[in-house]
Amino acid sequence: MTVPDVIVAASPVPPRRPSPAQRVSTALYRRPQLLLLLLLALPLLWLGVVYLGSLSALLVQSFFYLDGFTGLVVRSFTLRTYGDLFTQANLDIITRTTVMAGTVTVSAAILGFPIAYYMARYASGRTKALLYLAVMLPLWSSYLVRVYSWKLILAKEGIFSWFLDQLHLTWLLDAVLATPVIGGTSLSVSYIGTYLVFVYIWLPYMILPIEAAIERVPASMIEASADLGARPGQTFRKVILPLVFPGVVAGSIFTFSLTLGDYIIPRIIGSSRMFIGQAVFAHQGTAGNIPLAAALSVVPILIMVVYLTIAKRLRAFDAF
Amino acid sequence: MRRKSSWLSVVAAAALSGAVYISAAQVEGQEPLQSIGPGEGFVDIVAWPGYIERGETDPAFDWVTDFEADNPNCKVRVKTAGTSDEMVALMNEGGFDLVTASGDASLRLIAGRRVQEINIDLVPSWDKIDPRLHNAPWHTVGGKHFGVPYQWGSNVLMYNTEVFPEPPTSWEVVFETMTLPDGESNKGRVQAFDGPIYIADAALYLKYKNPELGIEDPYALDEDQYQAVLTLLREQRKIVPRYWHDPFIQIDDFTNEGVAASSAWPFQVNLLRDAGEPIESVLPVEGATGWSDTTMMHSEAPHPNCAYKWLEHSINPKLQGDLAAWFGSVPVRLDACKGNELLGDEGCEINGLGNFEKTEFWKTPVADCGGGRTCVPYYRWVTDWIAILGGR
Repeated sequence: MTVPDVIVAASPVPPRRPSPAQRVSTALYRRPQLLLLLLLALPLLWLGVVYLGSLSALLVQSFFYLDGFTGLVVRSFTLRTYGDLFTQANLDIITRTTVMAGTVTVSAAILGFPIAYYMARYASGRTKALLYLAVMLPLWSSYLVRVYSWKLILAKEGIFSWFLDQLHLTWLLDAVLATPVIGGTSLSVSYIGTYLVFVYIWLPYMILPIEAAIERVPASMIEASADLGARPGQTFRKVILPLVFPGVVAGSIFTFSLTLGDYIIPRIIGSSRMFIGQAVFAHQGTAGNIPLAAALSVVPILIMVVYLTIAKRLRAFDAF
Repeated sequence: MRRKSSWLSVVAAAALSGAVYISAAQVEGQEPLQSIGPGEGFVDIVAWPGYIERGETDPAFDWVTDFEADNPNCKVRVKTAGTSDEMVALMNEGGFDLVTASGDASLRLIAGRRVQEINIDLVPSWDKIDPRLHNAPWHTVGGKHFGVPYQWGSNVLMYNTEVFPEPPTSWEVVFETMTLPDGESNKGRVQAFDGPIYIADAALYLKYKNPELGIEDPYALDEDQYQAVLTLLREQRKIVPRYWHDPFIQIDDFTNEGVAASSAWPFQVNLLRDAGEPIESVLPVEGATGWSDTTMMHSEAPHPNCAYKWLEHSINPKLQGDLAAWFGSVPVRLDACKGNELLGDEGCEINGLGNFEKTEFWKTPVADCGGGRTCVPYYRWVTDWIAILGGR
């Protein structure tokens, strides 16, 4: 920006008129606030209007109610739509979805941690690349194709039960499926099936953040811990786990919120009992009950707020 | 920081709710078109998958190319929708000219003023339509026609012939816990359609089984009738492992999941039968529910002239016959049943032409169901349906 001045100082000829681009550049240099505003205008517009705007339109809708007689939405403030959330059927849906999201998250963390640990600490070169590929590869194919193929795997006359049959373990599957609530006539029509597919689909989102967090733990710290006499278990509990915990929480935010919002997996695999996303979809369409759909979609937002607050209490964001 | 963001959201909320009011006010009454002008370039149609084919899936099934050749100013653009809910949502968004709405969506679209009256004088082939469909209550309100019938079909009882050597005669095999002819219980081996409209199927069964309830129309249920139907459906929940909504998932369930009987469309029956599976279908004594689709025009259709041209094209006999062969449905004009290569001369009978009188066609349940009665409206069907699926 100061180039013209330098030229002026060095040459005896009268100063050239600065070009328009230079003048704009100078003006912006003198008003850093304006520059900042211009640079941020587009992202702010996106965040403010598109993102917060749609979110608040949703909130506003949830305070209206559906007139039962005309079937039209009455646009006046009321809390009765939120009252409808407390019917037994809706509480069931909310509990079902939250318990599923929690179980899937814990399972994904337990499954994902050893894999991530191996990837970060032991695998190198070709093995590491292969492991990355193995974790990422499912993400490159269509989500729907993967869910539908799981339906075939878990079907009553599918690959999985055939495999168990070859091992003469059908009695074991039957015993598991006889469990009340989570069981059913086959894996593909039970909560167990829904759960297995959820874990499969969201596992990469758990492994990758944990892997990144383990990579950041300096090897010297682990050596120092051993030097000071800590047994491997102690090192793991006192050194590795606290340092990696933010990564686990980051992964759990993905798996938890993704399970909370998904409405396709439970529609294809499971016993037709609805999850929050499916209920929202059912209310907004032909029924035209947009207020109840909006109130139901506020529920996962509230659950996530609680979840993030707990994560913050656990100091999970301190490393970021 | 906190103050700023809450201020922003208040402004955005105010702006958006204002926009909602304006668009609601715009759709008030409107006169239908009186004459067709030149094409506007495009016609945008929301349709069921497989309803508007341009030969891309199978070159033999193409009823768009000839329309575009005859009307170079009307290029057809199709947006497919998998459920009635999706169709209503798309029509609420706007920007489309036509929708192939089923009876469970059509009255809702009319009541929500999303579709406009059709001037049948501008659809010269209107008189060729099966007269039984001319004034059907799912597209005619107060003597005004809000669409042109497109295709129809019945929800048949599909069954496995290895389990049922003799065809079942009643829907009871999917509603009541019982032992099937192969000696095993039907628990876990029957399915039902996954949609609130299925409540009408249960009402139809009760109408026959329990005449003292006085059910006339399975879509117009008063509170007592409705509660009796819900009780039946709660019992049914115990024997149904999964409800179907995607025909291909149901096909898979009949082949891999050991399902023996379910309500289904002729579409699945044809595909399974052609694949050599031991599957047949029957129309039980109680009759059946069915769908009858109507092409309706958006109240703010951006291309009304092209839309009218498509409406006329949509009921030409060639298209009607080809579509029936493709989709397993029945044409809305009977002359389409004869001499169609793809459909064959038996095609209409196979797809259920003879079932018309025994079919109660889908329509949206509304609170004001005529005759001074108050009925349970559709939004409660949805709420209760969700509860039933959850076992409540």
